[in-house]
Amino acid sequence: MQTHNSCGLCSITLKDMQVVSGQDTLLDHINLQFHCGELTALIGKNGAGKTTLLKAILGERPYKGEISYQDHHGAKIIQPKIGYVPQQMDFDRSTPVSVSDFMAAARGKSPVWWKIGKSEKKQIQEMLEDMNCAYLADRRLGALSGGELQRVLLALATNPVPDLLILDEPVSGVDMAGLDLFYHRVTELRDKYHMAILLVSHDLSLIRRYADKVVLLDKTVIAQGDADEVYATEAFRSVFGYLEKEEGEA
Amino acid sequence: MSVIYGFLESLPFSMFQYDFMKNAFLAAVLIAPLFALLGTMAVNNKMAFFSDALGHSAFTGIGLGVLLGLKNPILAMLAFGIFLSLVITKVKAANMASSDTIISVFSSSAMALGIVILSGHGGFSKYSAYLVGDILTVSRTDLLVLLLVLLGVYVLWAVFYNQLLLLSINRSLAASRGVRVVLMENIFVIMVAVAVMVSIRAIGILMINSLLILPAAAARNVTRSAKGYHWLTTVFGLVSSLAGLTISYYGDTSAGATMVLTAAVLFLITYPLGKYRK
Repeated sequence: MQTHNSCGLCSITLKDMQVVSGQDTLLDHINLQFHCGELTALIGKNGAGKTTLLKAILGERPYKGEISYQDHHGAKIIQPKIGYVPQQMDFDRSTPVSVSDFMAAARGKSPVWWKIGKSEKKQIQEMLEDMNCAYLADRRLGALSGGELQRVLLALATNPVPDLLILDEPVSGVDMAGLDLFYHRVTELRDKYHMAILLVSHDLSLIRRYADKVVLLDKTVIAQGDADEVYATEAFRSVFGYLEKEEGEA
Repeated sequence: MSVIYGFLESLPFSMFQYDFMKNAFLAAVLIAPLFALLGTMAVNNKMAFFSDALGHSAFTGIGLGVLLGLKNPILAMLAFGIFLSLVITKVKAANMASSDTIISVFSSSAMALGIVILSGHGGFSKYSAYLVGDILTVSRTDLLVLLLVLLGVYVLWAVFYNQLLLLSINRSLAASRGVRVVLMENIFVIMVAVAVMVSIRAIGILMINSLLILPAAAARNVTRSAKGYHWLTTVFGLVSSLAGLTISYYGDTSAGATMVLTAAVLFLITYPLGKYRK
């Protein structure tokens, strides 16, 4: 396995996490560590708790247990920065919000219905340029294509450089060329900033290509390791069958 | 106040010879921007049905006011409106049924409860003015309350707008940027509840929601940015309110309903232009 971890003790630790909804236990005994400079892929069947785990990490769902962030000296990060690229943007596409409005609102400066400051505009332009999409700044968010939207979301999620970057099925609705571009950029960011990346995806061959570590989830962690190790486990076969093994061998 | 009255009297409109028309005009000038701000977000969040339910719940607020022996039921209306909006938000979040079903249940129950209480206390007919509203009975105190609510909402809008906008686009993304999503949702519905309740006597239960939704719906047909959307909604709100009030004076029609019809005309004009928007 190729590792990119050069950040010492820098990591995110999930300790004995549990998420319940009414009588149902959605996640139980989740113990995981995501290292900086590593792309960890979260896989599992539908309903295995992948989205629930992301929502708990994002602070959107209450949970029991502990999530802690350590810097490269091993010191605790009190207010970690999380970058998030969502799976679906199911907002009303006719909403009059430009890409600049959206990014300025997320960065939390002056209210965007009043004004976006000059320096803020410049910074947004630079963030978009970094993703080769500066031309989108004044376009309406709802008028972007799937690939354009993902680049804007990635530009936002990586500014400021997050302690953890979460990508939730980030390329659904994006063509092959866009997909390669996206992951190429993500791995570049991982190597440049040594950020920890957590990816949820159903594309197992893509995970084999880009992930440093794979976690197989079914209410709890049922397998983890590099892609080849996890894909060879009984747990993996019981969830996904032999399909991916054959694909890997081909 | 006398300066404003003097200014209005100097305008070449015969309607400003009456104090009640001056007050009605000022009420429209205050309500339009208030509803414009909140309407932009209510439409973004597809909450037209929610605000409609809130308007209907005013019946129960009035009924509770009558039961408590209050001379002016506004406090009971505010309390019940805030309570109902928070309950609907909470029940919606539990995801046990679709949100339009939940809102419908609360809306019809609150309206029915209000009508039952009011019809049991001296007959419903004396409260029917609330249905279509009467902007001509707005007092100076009402104007002061509207001004304070407008200023309060502007302050909250300056502080919380960015978070509300992000929340309207994607809840999880908002959470990842540190937005306290439940708190923000509650702050927004409370703002809508307060704005609706303080305006309902002037505009009417049947019309209030249209005045919240239509100017924003018309403006979003032709705008691309948050700033343009806000200001055009405010302009549309003011134009439809003031034109509606003037037409209602000279045509001797219901002011609230005429304002809404004017806003509907703006929507119909802008709707075909939407396809040219990039």
